[in-house]
Amino acid sequence: MAGFSVVPVRAKHQRLILLGVALAALVAAGLLAAWALRNQASYFYVPSEIIAKPPEADRSVRLGGMVVRGSMKNAPDGVTVNFIVTDGKQQVPVRFAGIKPALFVEGSGVVAEGHWQDGLFTADNLLAKHDEKYTPREMQGMTTDQAHKAIAETK
Amino acid sequence: MHGFANPARFLRIATWATPLCLILGLVLASGALVWGVFFGPADQLQGDVVRIIYLHVPTAWLGMMGWSAIAVASFVEIVWRHPLAGIAARAAALPGAVFTALCLITGSIWGRPAWGTWWVWDGRLTSMLVLLFLYFGYMALANAGEQNDAAGQGQGRMAAIFGLIGAVNIPIIHYSVLWWNSLHQPPSLSLSGVLTGTSPMATAFVVPLLTAVLGFSLIFGGVVLARMRMILADAQAEARLRRKAMAAQAAVSAEGW
Repeated sequence: MAGFSVVPVRAKHQRLILLGVALAALVAAGLLAAWALRNQASYFYVPSEIIAKPPEADRSVRLGGMVVRGSMKNAPDGVTVNFIVTDGKQQVPVRFAGIKPALFVEGSGVVAEGHWQDGLFTADNLLAKHDEKYTPREMQGMTTDQAHKAIAETK
Repeated sequence: MHGFANPARFLRIATWATPLCLILGLVLASGALVWGVFFGPADQLQGDVVRIIYLHVPTAWLGMMGWSAIAVASFVEIVWRHPLAGIAARAAALPGAVFTALCLITGSIWGRPAWGTWWVWDGRLTSMLVLLFLYFGYMALANAGEQNDAAGQGQGRMAAIFGLIGAVNIPIIHYSVLWWNSLHQPPSLSLSGVLTGTSPMATAFVVPLLTAVLGFSLIFGGVVLARMRMILADAQAEARLRRKAMAAQAAVSAEGW
């Protein structure tokens, strides 16, 4: 009869289990919130999103992507610049009149704030986007892959 | 683990570990800063502006590590009721907040020449600012708990629960640049990248940067140890004063009878 006995749960084990369950619920809630934010919390749209779902012409949006090499053309008025932004899938022409940030060059990332109208993105402001690659100035002129090869050879 | 929960043994270890961490950390951090700022290379795109990473990356890392330490210590405090764990969590809050603020300031100074703006509301910058506000909230809550300690232990537990809930922000900061399009660049350093030498960041930047991270981490550890000793000494002095006051009161009432 007495072979069956209830093992009392020690207080600290109870706290451990309770806290584990609470933390699991908390992480799940955080992930759900982040998932729900996945479109709204983005700082900019990429060209394929702009083309697939064009925003209204009077709405301010940001466009982000890479400046296509060889696409940057300065207009004769001296302040206006036209260039093409790509995300690797789609391309969008951009026009901007104003002072360009120092890191704004062809083949580099850019975020443009402005309006999308009739197939042209008119930017009021340009932000240069730096990527995760850091290369010493001595290796200027090399591509990043060449630079990494040079670094590997000198080791 | 349980061995370190004994305050007397902790104090014996902390007495020599505190200056060791601080001195070694100062030497490594200042060495890495001098190396990176005066002798390291300039970046091909950013130029000399890149040199601020030797301050920005370690402070960002420690801002996040500070809250991770608060979360782990809060967990131990709630489950095992180790008094030292609660003290460790309170001690880590102020240095964590200072490093987070430094990270935001240095990042802003870098952003002006590199991006063309001091501040943007993208995922990484916003979640880091939220971390700073979480630190302020935690410190206020922990202070309030200390003042009401006579009323019971409830307030101290509140700070620990807040420390655990706030930890949700840490993975959000880390993944903000991967989940969402952000102006901030994705991480340049990863464990596998550093170990195999395939980081997107050239080795000439990585070596002084990791030295600076190690140095500032040691300084952080030393400051936390020093603050833990301070909190323990405060509690000891208060207990001694209380005993004295009670003894004096007992003597007065004995005379009165």
